[in-house]
Amino acid sequence: MNNKSLVSITDYSKEKIQSILEHAAAFEKNPNQDLLKGKVVATLFFEPSTRTRLSFETAINRLGGKVIGFSDASTTSSSKGETLKDTITMVSNYADLIVMRHPLDGAARYASEVSAIPIINAGDGANQHPTQTMLDLYSIKKTQGKLENLKIYFVGDLKYGRTVHSLLMAMSHFNPTFTFIAPDELKIPDQYKQFCNEKGIAYRELSELNDISDADILYMTRVQRERFLDLVEYEKVKNVYTLKNKMLENTKQNLRVLHPLPRVNEIDTDVDDNPKAYYFQQARNGVFARQAVICDALGLI
Amino acid sequence: MSEQKKELVVVAIENGTVIDHIPPDKLFKVVSILHVDTLDSQITIGNNLKSGKMGKKGIIKITGKYYEPNVINKIALIAPNAKLNIIKDYKVIEKRNISLPDEINGIIACLNPKCITNNEPIKTRFHVVDKDNITVKCHYCEQMIQQEDIKMK
Ligand SMILES: [Zn+2]
Repeated sequence: MNNKSLVSITDYSKEKIQSILEHAAAFEKNPNQDLLKGKVVATLFFEPSTRTRLSFETAINRLGGKVIGFSDASTTSSSKGETLKDTITMVSNYADLIVMRHPLDGAARYASEVSAIPIINAGDGANQHPTQTMLDLYSIKKTQGKLENLKIYFVGDLKYGRTVHSLLMAMSHFNPTFTFIAPDELKIPDQYKQFCNEKGIAYRELSELNDISDADILYMTRVQRERFLDLVEYEKVKNVYTLKNKMLENTKQNLRVLHPLPRVNEIDTDVDDNPKAYYFQQARNGVFARQAVICDALGLI
Repeated sequence: MSEQKKELVVVAIENGTVIDHIPPDKLFKVVSILHVDTLDSQITIGNNLKSGKMGKKGIIKITGKYYEPNVINKIALIAPNAKLNIIKDYKVIEKRNISLPDEINGIIACLNPKCITNNEPIKTRFHVVDKDNITVKCHYCEQMIQQEDIKMK
């Protein structure tokens, strides 16, 4: 295994997170650099995710690298039964770095153990998506000027939402206060509350989205219909967790609304023009965060 | 209980393995791991025996058989406070607490059907994150499994 891979956000120390964010800021100032000149990066998308793939490929192209790969496994030999190990070994012969997305949990960790070149996990099933976390952190730092001592509200699907779990773990380095707002079916799992207890992080759980007056960050997630056994329950809760522009009155000046996108109806479109809405800029920040992660994995920064 | 009777329960095999201090409700689970049904040597299984420490306990004595660390790790997952005695010439030559290692390889099946280890030919790997309450975490999919849900391969 090579230790330059990024599989899970916990692979990064606090210092590493801070260093990556500084480099991301430098890339935002000067996004077009030739750092990847002569390098080939493989983007292996065993399941399609156009949004994530375009963000990575933009990052690679702006750094002067070349991209090989596939955007859908149905066109590759893995659909003919080739093992992941064989695919990774084959691609290791051609490229300097692999960016991979895979429908199975743990696929990226396994790939990092069989690969001779670094792996960046662009999402393994329901498990990890660490570059999303890095762009979330970058967005928080950029809008708040710091990561320390912030009040962060997580809203929506806190049970299955992997972006919530990873961001929570990463923020634990920076003395946050968390508020978890979710319907009963989608409450934050005990293991994360236990994690907060062990780290001495203050948190509370609420079942309704109303008082957000002291929030610095409102991190919205999708409440998906398929998570509910009882569809009547879904119809009841779906609107309770919808953010409307009116709800942003009497909130802090520095409050920013984040969302990993795509959204469905959890943020009303009337929020989009509010200067506190940050989700589209957040997506743009992904390119800079990924530029920094890629250069780190290749030992270029 | 007299000293003599006590010895009858605990020792009395010439060579082999004695697993003592098994919680009574875990005894037959431990028996199933040891695959004693295929052995033709002398086997003694006792349950609900009086124990100073535990109130009641189970014990298994197997003549002429010693177990690999992997089997002992499986027992540790079921009965983490059991004691292992290795007997040679009627003497206990090794007596130790069964304890869980930090990492368990190859013997637990991941519960997550979407885990890579259930879909590719990979040896499973689990980190023991809580030795008291027995909680393990899949090295690959990072799912936690509690003792009561642990399934052996
Ligand atoms: Zn697993």
